[in-house]
Amino acid sequence: MRAVPTLRLVVLQLLLALAGFSAGADAAPSAAAAQPREYLRIPAGEFHSVLRYEDLPGNRQVAAFELMREPVTNAQFLAFIARHPQWRRDRVAPLYAERGLYLAHWRSATRLGKDALPDQPVTRVSWFAATAYCEARHARLPTWNEWEYVAAADATRRDARQDPAWRASILEWYSTNAHAPLGVVGSHEANVYGVQDLHGLIWEWTEDYAALLVSGDNRLQSDADRLKFCGAGALSVDDRDNYPMMMRVAMLASLRGANSISTLGFRCARDLP
Amino acid sequence: MNASIASGVVALLLAAMPAWPAAAAPTPAAAPARAAAPRPAALPGDSVLQLPGVFTDQSARRFSLRERRGQPQLVGMFYASCQSVCPLLLNSAAAMIRKLEPEERGRLRVLMVSLDPARDNAARLMQLALEHRLDLAQWTLASADGQLTRRLAAVLDIRYRQLAGGDFNHTAALTLLDADGRIVARTENIGATPDAEFLAALQRTLRTQ
Repeated sequence: MRAVPTLRLVVLQLLLALAGFSAGADAAPSAAAAQPREYLRIPAGEFHSVLRYEDLPGNRQVAAFELMREPVTNAQFLAFIARHPQWRRDRVAPLYAERGLYLAHWRSATRLGKDALPDQPVTRVSWFAATAYCEARHARLPTWNEWEYVAAADATRRDARQDPAWRASILEWYSTNAHAPLGVVGSHEANVYGVQDLHGLIWEWTEDYAALLVSGDNRLQSDADRLKFCGAGALSVDDRDNYPMMMRVAMLASLRGANSISTLGFRCARDLP
Repeated sequence: MNASIASGVVALLLAAMPAWPAAAAPTPAAAPARAAAPRPAALPGDSVLQLPGVFTDQSARRFSLRERRGQPQLVGMFYASCQSVCPLLLNSAAAMIRKLEPEERGRLRVLMVSLDPARDNAARLMQLALEHRLDLAQWTLASADGQLTRRLAAVLDIRYRQLAGGDFNHTAALTLLDADGRIVARTENIGATPDAEFLAALQRTLRTQ
C-alpha cells in the first residue's frame, strides 16, 4: 500500500467497511510493507486445529481480524503503567496478579533496568493485566483459534505445519530457551501475514485461555470428576505430532488468570473496524 | 441530597465507568487514611468484590459486586438451560444451607452467575428461581456481559467454553467468600453430600463474621 493515492484508498476502505466486506485470500497483507505497522490484517480462512472438540468436527473458521505484528514490549507496558498506575507491581490488586512475581524482573515499579530491556517482550504479566493493556488500546487478546491460525504460517505458506523442517526449527526453541535471556521483539522472520515472534520467543496469553479444557488435566481424573462438566464437548489433541502446539495448549490450560510467569507475555488483537 | 438521588448517581457512575482498564478505583493508598467519617474501608486487594461492572438479577435489578459486601456468600456459575450439572450445583448449595443452624443460615447469601448472558435474561433467571423454589431473600441469580462473565470466571478459576449447540462445557464449583469478598474455600465436589471440609469452613466463617 505504499504509493496508492490516499483519497482513493480512504474511499475504498470506507466502502469496504460499509459493505461489511471480509477479506479473502487475495487481500493478504504484503509481508514487506515499507512502514511497519503495529497491527496487521489477518484475512479470514479456515484451518485444521490441533484441538479436536467433540462438538466441532472439521475445520475451524476464523473471521478476518487484526493482530499485533510483535508482542507487547517492556517499554510499551511501562508507558501503559504510567497512565494506569493501578497496574504497577507495588499497587496491583493481588486478585489480578501474583504479588512478588508480577513484573518482578523490573528494577522497580516504574523502571525497567538491565533485566528488562525496552525492546524485550514484557513477561510476568497476568491475564488480567494483559487484558487491561489491550482494552486501554481499544483492543483485546486474540482467541486461541486466532492465535493458532496465524501461528501455523511460515514465511511463504499459510500452513507450514506438516513441514518437518519447520517443526524442527520451532522445537529447537524448546530445548534452548530455558535459561537464556529473552530476545528482543522483531528478531524472527515475519510469517506470510507479516507477523513476527509467534514462535521462539515467549508463550502468549489468549483471551480464552480458560476455555481450554484438556482431558488429562486434573479436572477429568475419574468418572466422578466428569460431573464437573456440564454436557459433552470433551477436548482432545488431534495432531499428537505437533508437539509445539501441544505445549502451548498444555501451558495455557494449566494457568490461572493471576499467574505471572517469566516466559509468558502477550500481544493484542482487534476486530476489523 | 436524598437517598434515591444518591443511589441514582452511583448507578450512573457505575454505568459510565469504562469497563475495566483505566476505570479501577483510585488505589487504596491514595485514600485519606482514618477519616473520621463512617465511610467503609477500601476492599482488601484480594477481594473478589472489587471486580468492576454491573450485574442484573432475576428481578432485573442492576447491582455491582461491591454492594454485596457485608455478609459471607456462596458464589457459583451455571446456566439456566443446563440439564445435568447446574441443577446439581444449585442443589448442592441448598443442601449445604440445610446443614447450617438457623442462625448461621440467616447470615449467608448465595450468588449464582450465568455463563450464558445471551440467553439468561432476568425473566429466565426468575423462572429458574421459581422452579427451584429459591428463597430470593437469600439467593440471587444474575448475569452480566460477556467480558465481566469471563473475568468473574477467571477470579473464581472456573473454566468454560460454549459448545457448538449452545450448551456450555464448564467446571462446576462453589466458592465461599467472606464478608469482604475474600475467597475462604472452594469445592468442586458438588454431589448430594456436602463437601465436609467446605461445610466446616462455611460454618467457621458464619460464626466469626
